[in-house]
Amino acid sequence: MGKLRLEEALRPAGRSRGGVRVPHQKNTATSQTVEMPPPERVVLPMQQHIGAACTPIVKPGEHVFLGQKIGDSGGFVSAPVHASVSGTVKAVGELLLPGGQRVKTVEIQSDGEMQPDPAIAPPKAEALSDLIEAARASGLVGLGGAGFPAHVKLTPNPGKPIDTLIVNGAECEPFITSDHREALENGADVMDGVYTLLRLTGVQRVIIAIEDNKPDAIQALYDIAASQRDTKHQVFVMPMKSRYPMGAEKVLVQNAAGREIPMGQLPADVGCLVMNITSVGFLARYLKTGMPLVSKRITVDGSAVGTPCNLRVPIGASIADVIAFCGGYREEPGKILMGGPMMGLALVDDSLPVLKQNNAILALAQRDCKPEKATACIRCGRCVAACPMGLMPTAAERQVKTGDASALEKAGVSACIECGSCAFSCPAKRPLVQSMRLAKEMVRKAASR
Amino acid sequence: MNQLFVSPSPHITDLDSTRGIMLDVIIALLPAAVAAVWIFGPRSALVILVSVAAAVAAEYLSRKIMKRENTIGDLSAVVTGLLLAYNLPSTIPLWMAALGSGAAIVVVKQLFGGIGQNFLNPALAGRIVLMCSFPAAMTNWIAPFAYRTGDAVTAASPLAAADAGSALPSISDMLLGVRAGCLGETCVIALVFGGLYLVLRRVISPIIPVAYIATTALLMWLGGADPLYQALSGGLVLGAIFMATDYTTSPLTWRGKLIFGVGCGAITALIRLFGSLPEGVSFSIVIMNLLVPYIERLTAPKPFGREKKTKGGAAK
Repeated sequence: MGKLRLEEALRPAGRSRGGVRVPHQKNTATSQTVEMPPPERVVLPMQQHIGAACTPIVKPGEHVFLGQKIGDSGGFVSAPVHASVSGTVKAVGELLLPGGQRVKTVEIQSDGEMQPDPAIAPPKAEALSDLIEAARASGLVGLGGAGFPAHVKLTPNPGKPIDTLIVNGAECEPFITSDHREALENGADVMDGVYTLLRLTGVQRVIIAIEDNKPDAIQALYDIAASQRDTKHQVFVMPMKSRYPMGAEKVLVQNAAGREIPMGQLPADVGCLVMNITSVGFLARYLKTGMPLVSKRITVDGSAVGTPCNLRVPIGASIADVIAFCGGYREEPGKILMGGPMMGLALVDDSLPVLKQNNAILALAQRDCKPEKATACIRCGRCVAACPMGLMPTAAERQVKTGDASALEKAGVSACIECGSCAFSCPAKRPLVQSMRLAKEMVRKAASR
Repeated sequence: MNQLFVSPSPHITDLDSTRGIMLDVIIALLPAAVAAVWIFGPRSALVILVSVAAAVAAEYLSRKIMKRENTIGDLSAVVTGLLLAYNLPSTIPLWMAALGSGAAIVVVKQLFGGIGQNFLNPALAGRIVLMCSFPAAMTNWIAPFAYRTGDAVTAASPLAAADAGSALPSISDMLLGVRAGCLGETCVIALVFGGLYLVLRRVISPIIPVAYIATTALLMWLGGADPLYQALSGGLVLGAIFMATDYTTSPLTWRGKLIFGVGCGAITALIRLFGSLPEGVSFSIVIMNLLVPYIERLTAPKPFGREKKTKGGAAK
């Protein structure tokens, strides 16, 4: 196929406000995904998603195959967990996740064989109900980071018809290139997923949204899209402006479809279904092979990492094992992040396992994460200009201090997506995201009183 | 492994700091200082130095006495001292310049909590204190380049001359600043150059200066005056670019900035047309400073996803 011409690409339908220009730092964009060999042991938390936690269905001493279900729950908003290596269940324990939840875990001693479960077979995918069933069985959760069970999103709500599927390949966080690599390495899978979803969900169009700092990914998907069976002209690759937080769901829907999601509602309320690009690619692979979500591509980068790269790792592998495989620490790490530098979580140590929705592990050298001292707000207004949600973080910070929950409610702080644009742009280095979290909590408490 | 550092996101920040922003403002103000020394002589430099030194000393001492952290490192006191000096005639007794700086920093800034808390522009408040206390010394203009001949010829400022109906300097002299006036306000070219630097560095948005100057010129034109002349004279350009854009005392939102700029321009024109003062920039900005909380409330952005209020009443 020829080179993508801009007039052929779909132009963004809307424009969101605010946002910031972050340093891209996509150092691993050209790093081909490397397969990490199974570590000696994996620890699989029974909750790697939003919703009900799973209960372990295996016992210590039991042998498990790769892809065998080891945890499930009766809840609708939940996703089963599968063994990511073959081996022996060593223990059923407990773990404190970085988000603060205490969850059950299943620890598996790997036999190094990676023997797949003989029961694994490609699922049926003839109707939407099959697809929903398959999505649940695969253990798929939103792989962009949110971890929302995929089958819940796919389940139609008669009151809210969906006409647009947005495939989120924006990947606006600095450093992370795992979705970028999905587009380059597994573009055909992504397109298979797109056409399956197009066929079964009844959407009228699919927008594949990618930030324009990844022209090769845009070109690759465009080539496949144009060369495939898009006879009705329903699949579009849309280059998005590289402006953080383009990949945030509300921001993306506004830009790609020109629709503003009302406060407290979901993309489905404006007729949109948003799925991460790696999720779509995975779904297509699952339909072909029946192998559930047992591994994940992650970007390992940061100034303290020996060899920054993209890796496919078994879910549940410890961060220490992953970093050891990437050449270990180049120097003493000062901060280890699960996710990107804008929204990622800082971890207390590197013993935690990689989760399904992880897309990056960053280890920053001590010199790159010196805490900056907050000074007085000078009212420069940069946080207001940066907020994609139309909020005034500096005003909210004051209202939090005075405990004015009604003013915070009126200002709409509940719309905050914690993208960090405000704190990023603050010259006084104030912890504005933290005060926005407090603000939201105050509004929540006041509402429940 | 050593203990890791744990903090809330985001884990990176922009390189800009308060100190960096203030440094940019100082850089933007430097061309006007050079022009002042060229036009009004080396005494201008002395006034500037005394005013800056007094502002920094006042900031240091007041923080010390109040047992608060020393903040002179953020350079905001330097900016206040510079701006006050630019609003003084080069003939001003040095102790008056120091007094004005002290009033600006101690009374208007530090007593209200320091940087980010002052309700008026400190430099303008300092100037108003001096204007009310020493009206003669504050309007003791000397003719440009009089320092070269050695005799201190007093001269009327163009706005006062216009009020009195006497001869006016040419437009090119007005642009270069070769006219009587406060030491930092006359050289429009230097000030605009500094303003462009601040806009390019994204330190200020051009909304307030453009709205301010355009409104004044338009209203003065409607009032029968020469709009270009009006735009170039008095402290309008200095005030519009450097004083009305003060972060603390101007609105955060862009619509608020527009209202603020237009308001400043309207009050300046009213004072120039109907007031007993020849000039109205200081008072206009100070009056609008006081209205900032209300403007901000009126122009708060609409939170994402909240329905616009309909005419029939407030939506949810």
